[in-house]
Amino acid sequence: MNLLGVVELAALVPDCAKLVVAKDESGVAMAAAFALMRRGVKGLHLVTVPVSGLQADMLIGAGCVATLETSGITLAEFGPAPCFSRAVKSGSLHLKDATCPAIYAGLQAAQKGLPFMPLRGILETDVLAHRPDWRVIDNPFAPGDRIVVLPAITPDVALFHAPLADRFGNVFIGRQRELMLLAHAARSTLVTAEHIVEGNLLEDEARSGSVIPALYVTAVAHAPRGAWPLAFGDEYAADAAWLANYVAEARSPAGFARVLESLAGAAGGAHIANRAGDDHGALAAGVAA
Amino acid sequence: MSAVTSAPPPCSAAASPTEGLIYSIARLLEGCRHVAVGAASPIPGAAALYTRAQSRGATRVSVLGSRRHNAFTNGGVELFDLAAQGRIDAFFLGGGQIDGAANINLVGTGPYPRTEVRWPGSFGSAYLYYLVPRVILFREEHTRRVFVPKVDFISAPGPRDDGAYRPGGPHAMITSLCLFGYDKPRRRFVLQSVHPGHTLEEVRDNTGFDFDLAPQLPQTPQPDTAALALIRGEVREQIAETYPKFAAQLAAV
Repeated sequence: MNLLGVVELAALVPDCAKLVVAKDESGVAMAAAFALMRRGVKGLHLVTVPVSGLQADMLIGAGCVATLETSGITLAEFGPAPCFSRAVKSGSLHLKDATCPAIYAGLQAAQKGLPFMPLRGILETDVLAHRPDWRVIDNPFAPGDRIVVLPAITPDVALFHAPLADRFGNVFIGRQRELMLLAHAARSTLVTAEHIVEGNLLEDEARSGSVIPALYVTAVAHAPRGAWPLAFGDEYAADAAWLANYVAEARSPAGFARVLESLAGAAGGAHIANRAGDDHGALAAGVAA
Repeated sequence: MSAVTSAPPPCSAAASPTEGLIYSIARLLEGCRHVAVGAASPIPGAAALYTRAQSRGATRVSVLGSRRHNAFTNGGVELFDLAAQGRIDAFFLGGGQIDGAANINLVGTGPYPRTEVRWPGSFGSAYLYYLVPRVILFREEHTRRVFVPKVDFISAPGPRDDGAYRPGGPHAMITSLCLFGYDKPRRRFVLQSVHPGHTLEEVRDNTGFDFDLAPQLPQTPQPDTAALALIRGEVREQIAETYPKFAAQLAAV
């Protein structure tokens, strides 16, 4: 598999795609999201697994999202997500409020090639009341036991950032197993990788159980610091100063536009430029260690 | 009635309100085999770790967002799978609004979907409230904008007579002012104790729904010297991994 640049990778997300992304701790492909914003992708149906923060807020702010399917959007300690709040108030988003396990269950249905998945709970909620696509059935094995059924969520594209990938397209995800679910459920899977390793990740028995095989992977781009300004595992912490500035600026559309401009400029551009394949020596050393 | 009965226990003068909350929540977790703690929950996380330390290994704790205090290896879905199997005994939920029927709202105020104030969303509440036997409602802000007569949106419904499969539900509710129990047969919050420095009137004035009173209304028990030492030592160190800013604000030993 040829490694792509981040911009080339993002180009594989078509307008109006059903795009599924991971929560902050699992690995967020922010560099690729910036590339999507710069390209001006439109009409996305964004599914967050099961929640999101900066990534969803910025894609919404940049006008890329038509439908948002989520269990929660928050910038955590930095506060409410400003573009999300504004879009809700203006009614510009088609909202599909969910609950975390329902998003996992929908993806699991897709993973199994099933039309739907049953799930406990949810029955008397306004979440259910506002989801005409969710139904309640009688448990066929115990009549009278009502149970919610959720349609499969089959994303057109899964997009996330992973610690390691190899040149065969295998992707190491550590214990972030929901990334495996994303890849299994989606029609195509696009991965930005912090490091590219030499050799084949599947040949290392100690970690092959945490590898998404290339079978599921459409394309990989090498993106060092690809989750910036979010934290990424043990590799780097969140850029707190950048995030604090973001929440202050993004309270107004003009401020949000300034943030986008700063990313296109030289300083931010260094973080989000297309940097496929620029530190292989360091990577090989890191993997050997 | 202006003051709650009983004097504070000895050696507790030094306990901060936060330490009092950690201790009170920990007492609600006694006897649990497995306590799970969700995102953005430093005080419940500290309480769970306190309970674990006191249990001498009998209580397992899974703190979401932690590497060291979370053994899940099947991704985000594992918590929900465990809950549906009955393998999680206690969990914590908050609410932008909570009403007297124990309904909770994590979505927003005013008519959905164009809510006036929008909160993050329902997270796992719509599911976990049905399935986890001891759901502890925790909201520090105790005001009438939080504790409302009726929530604007039901993220997770309080128990009701609907024949639904519901092994879970509210067990207690704790705020910056007081501790409520939950009377399952009557489906009412019951005021159990008021925190030091606060009064029943204050609780009534700041609660937008009716609640029952326990026969005795003591002051909420506060941590003694040994409990404070545990909170300020082992617990503070353990919670710092996930919530460094929170831990930095806790007193050290």
